[in-house]
Amino acid sequence: MKVLVAVKRVVDYNVKVRPKADGSDVDTANVKMSINPFCEIAVEEAVRLKEKGVVSEIVAVSMGPKQCQEQIRTALALGADRGIQVETDAELQPLAVAKCLKAIVEKEEPQLVILGKQSIDGDNNQTGQMLAALTGMGQGTFASEVNVEDGSVKVTREIDGGLQTVELTLPAVVTTDLRLNEPRYASLPNIMKAKKKPLDVTNPEELGVDIAPRTKTLKVEPPAERQAGIKVADVAELVEKLKSEAKVI
Amino acid sequence: MSILVIAEHDNAELKGATLNTIAAAKAIGGDIDVLVAGSNCGAVGEAASKVDGVSKVLVADNAAYEHQLAENVAKLVADLGKNYSHVLAPATTTGKNMLPRAAALLDVQPISDIIAVEGPDTFKRPIYAGNVIATVQSSDAIKVASVRTTAFDPVAAEGGSASVESVDIVDDAAVSKFVGEELAESDRPELTAARVVISGGRGMQNGENFEMLYKVADKLGAAVGASRAAVDAGFVPNDMQVGQTGKIVAPDLYIAVGISGAIQHLAGMKDSKVIVAINKDEEAPIFSVADYGLVADLFDAVPELETKL
Repeated sequence: MKVLVAVKRVVDYNVKVRPKADGSDVDTANVKMSINPFCEIAVEEAVRLKEKGVVSEIVAVSMGPKQCQEQIRTALALGADRGIQVETDAELQPLAVAKCLKAIVEKEEPQLVILGKQSIDGDNNQTGQMLAALTGMGQGTFASEVNVEDGSVKVTREIDGGLQTVELTLPAVVTTDLRLNEPRYASLPNIMKAKKKPLDVTNPEELGVDIAPRTKTLKVEPPAERQAGIKVADVAELVEKLKSEAKVI
Repeated sequence: MSILVIAEHDNAELKGATLNTIAAAKAIGGDIDVLVAGSNCGAVGEAASKVDGVSKVLVADNAAYEHQLAENVAKLVADLGKNYSHVLAPATTTGKNMLPRAAALLDVQPISDIIAVEGPDTFKRPIYAGNVIATVQSSDAIKVASVRTTAFDPVAAEGGSASVESVDIVDDAAVSKFVGEELAESDRPELTAARVVISGGRGMQNGENFEMLYKVADKLGAAVGASRAAVDAGFVPNDMQVGQTGKIVAPDLYIAVGISGAIQHLAGMKDSKVIVAINKDEEAPIFSVADYGLVADLFDAVPELETKL
């Protein structure tokens, strides 16, 4: 069966971003970019399913400007078979991404679509759920375990109180949580091989998708700064301060 | 304006997160209806009707909604949501799972994790792990948003007298089945609603050492949390994780023990009123947000803290 994996190019998780001085947007100039960590876990899961013999082909897809081909190449180096880029310089919101993915799903007809549960830049946690809605597929969000069985997939989900397991009819959408797996590193030979793997470029117009944004960012600002407080000498002083100064115990 | 709030519940009781979400709805203004979708959930509907500020409670009581599978509930929410200007749900795992699906069925772009209401179509939300606050304006006819519960004080659970209506729409997509769940049992308060939280990180070294934190927690009536490092190392179950991808907490007092304070962890706790850090590395980033920092070996400090409380 075929798996579609969606990957996103984001600011590297170790970078502390700042808003621009005019508050128009986040300053991402000259900042290190990487594949979103949750997407990396999605690619790894797809590759493991292929290694188990459950999956025969992995298609990695990314949307955005030309540079997001780097993240598709990363996915190919990790073990995806071919890539699709939906090229646009316009701002893409999750609804637009879900609609583009739906168009690709209709063309590729994968049995499983794996996405990260959220991107660490927008922190939306929406795209997988929206794709599932638009395609009518079942959704296994926040997955920490995925077992493909005959015609269905069992997904163990991380929920507020613990874990929940659901069974979905294929085709289905799964979004990854951090504990699903430990992504591998791409070896140099695999990075070289990935350069030769096919990568098709399309765009929202070709897919027939209207990507007009539905929300407008009026401004971005830094959060209220917390000031560092004081260092106490010992536990006794700490307890005393919490009682008399902070009055929290 | 009319607002539909999706209740968080377990078929037996209405969860506190619903009260914070209703508070956000009040900030928007207009009539507030609450949807309780579940199975044998009459008691929850009853409880919701007593909540301050609620006009009407809609109870969709059917086996299809028992485990609140997103495929079924989202369809119901989209069917009902058409008649409202706003649809809100708490940003819990249940809300985050269901709401974007409902929004896509309504063809609108939802807004996740709102922390402030600036106007009926304008909201503030954190992005980049809380390092940036964005003010966003929606042009959609129906505003669909999930609410960061720690950002809104809960409304009173008593004092209301809303009417209760049953909804007979049954949406069963038949593409998903509930198989089972493993819920963590705990006598301590729920992490996201606790007044005091004590959390352990990699510095705890193993799961047994978390006992030290449980003892302190029991003295303070606190909930116990953990950093991702402690969860990934298998010290504690992952429903205890505080951070960008775990739970967001904002208690009166947050005690971070053996936690360095990575960006992703701070995202989950830096709105706490008072932060205490106990760490032997005085360079640890957690000290840059802590009101009271103690540079000490946690294995000495935590037992001493317990005896002194």
